[in-house]
Amino acid sequence: MQITGAKDRPTKSSPASVDGNPRPLLRIEGLSKRFGSFMAVDRLSLDIHAGEFFALLGPSGCGKTTLLRLIAGFERPNAGRIVLDGVDLAPVPPYRRPVNMMFQSYALFPHLTVEANVAFGLKQEGLPRGEIAGRVADMLALVKLESLGTRKPNELSGGQRQRVALARCLVKRPRVLLLDEPLAALDKKLRDLTRFELMELQRQLGLTFVIVTHDQSEAMIVADRIGVMDRGRLMQVAAPDEIYERPGSRWVADFVGDINLFEGRVGDDRLSVEGTAAGRLRIAAPIGAEPRTPVWVAVRPERIRLSHDKPPNLENCLAGTIVEIGYLGDVSIYQVRIADGSRVKAAVANTDGNGGDSPQPADNVWLSFSPEAPIVLMR
Amino acid sequence: MRKVSIFNIFAIVLGIAFLYLPIVILVIYSFNVSRLVAVWGGWSTRWYAELAGDNEILQAAFTSLRVALVSASAATVLGTLAAVALVRFGRFRGRLLFASMIYAPLVMPEVITGLSLLLLFVAVEVDRGFWTVVIAHTTMAMCFVTVIVQSRLVDFDISLEEAAMDLGAPPLRTFLSITLPLILPAIVAAWMLAFALSLDDLVVASFTTGPGATTLPIRIYSAVRLGVKPEINAVCSIFVGIVGMTVLIASLLAKLTGARGTPARP
Repeated sequence: MQITGAKDRPTKSSPASVDGNPRPLLRIEGLSKRFGSFMAVDRLSLDIHAGEFFALLGPSGCGKTTLLRLIAGFERPNAGRIVLDGVDLAPVPPYRRPVNMMFQSYALFPHLTVEANVAFGLKQEGLPRGEIAGRVADMLALVKLESLGTRKPNELSGGQRQRVALARCLVKRPRVLLLDEPLAALDKKLRDLTRFELMELQRQLGLTFVIVTHDQSEAMIVADRIGVMDRGRLMQVAAPDEIYERPGSRWVADFVGDINLFEGRVGDDRLSVEGTAAGRLRIAAPIGAEPRTPVWVAVRPERIRLSHDKPPNLENCLAGTIVEIGYLGDVSIYQVRIADGSRVKAAVANTDGNGGDSPQPADNVWLSFSPEAPIVLMR
Repeated sequence: MRKVSIFNIFAIVLGIAFLYLPIVILVIYSFNVSRLVAVWGGWSTRWYAELAGDNEILQAAFTSLRVALVSASAATVLGTLAAVALVRFGRFRGRLLFASMIYAPLVMPEVITGLSLLLLFVAVEVDRGFWTVVIAHTTMAMCFVTVIVQSRLVDFDISLEEAAMDLGAPPLRTFLSITLPLILPAIVAAWMLAFALSLDDLVVASFTTGPGATTLPIRIYSAVRLGVKPEINAVCSIFVGIVGMTVLIASLLAKLTGARGTPARP
């Protein structure tokens, strides 16, 4: 997991939270959905702003798709409200909601051509024939499918089908576009490419996207903000770098990226954590908790240095034996067993090619990290 | 994996012969020049010509055709609605009862179906004739339609309907513009099966018919009791042709839906 901490993505005209328009485009308040005794969505509240690219990230079965289907109107909530543009959507049937959904299976109509698929939504609005034809042609050009308009869905490749599904939603100019795992069915190369096309389209059209994904790197790349979900609840809602750098809980830290956790108690100076498997750990920023409070120190594998020689200063360093090396090409993940028998992961960039002195399994090594590296988690 | 052994070939030949030899003989004898049914006298089409002049038979054939058309259409509409209800509305109260009640006529002996309908018509004092046969055949064929359409609907990707609604189509328009076109081949196949069933039914029709509504099977059966005329062979051959054709087209269509029904996945 080599997601760089520092994001250098050009910040888009930042969502309305800061400037003039404080009202969110989509407001979800205390939303619950129960299937039998299973709470798919559990008292969830969330604001999504106009022009935002929002990602719902979570393991499968966490309720993210159910949340999307609640917004689209395919499921009725047991409690709570969904308000779009100040209008409560509860009495609005799915076919009158100004939101559109792109299905994971794409759900293209197999008996209609690409053009007819894209035109379907506009026909329902009763627009004049000429306008429909014009908008369909424009949209097909936008997704680079203008030459395939007369084909049937089963004559298209996976990537082309994905773009038809996208075009079919976009042509409706929805207030919010809901995307359910839009890239899951594509192979890796195409997925990487399509991701950027998706961001480009969103920026170009100035639309609000809500994407559901279980792929954290996908969420990190495309989204302005990420809502991390687990068991029907939002664990944390924040910008991708904040989720990664300052996860709100051990669960989020562990789910987004890789993490090493050391349990201990806050030191008297509030600048250290004592009694961890790695001994006393120094923390750069004061910990916002009383001394003796149990906390967890989380360190990302790429923040950990690995060396054969003992580091000069003895702070935040621990000795161990390499158990396993996972070679990923650009980085290698070293699994190191430390004194108490637990394993610590360290990611080392393979910058020197096959240098002679790279650590080997069973080598005794030193792990160290700076006081700035750890994240202190209360829960 | 597939092995063509002598045993397999033998089994197939025997099976097919068992099924179709009587029909082949019937068709051959319909071209017999001889007046005696069981004696071969050479090729001729005279019985077909004579058939064209037999008003009673033609009248019965016309009645049968009308009954089959009307009852197949009614059974298709009702059966499709039942299938949609069974598949789409999930678990409603009494679903199991509804399902088994629809399938019951499938296994019910025709004599019982016919007799019960006769009793019903007598009880409500309906004059038996064309429409009572139509109602009886609709009842009989509806369950077959439901089974065929239901099997198609079960495979139907529900997200297609959701997508249509999401794009702004209300439920009825979604059904007409998305669901119906996609299950149409199954519906046509079901109609054809219902048509064939009605066309060759003797038992139920003879219980429920009345004066002036003699169907072809009834006509043939009563003619045969007075001795088989070679003319009957000709009628039967034509019938075999029509029914065989309908069943063939129906099964081809059903196959076609199967092929087109599974939406291509990436």
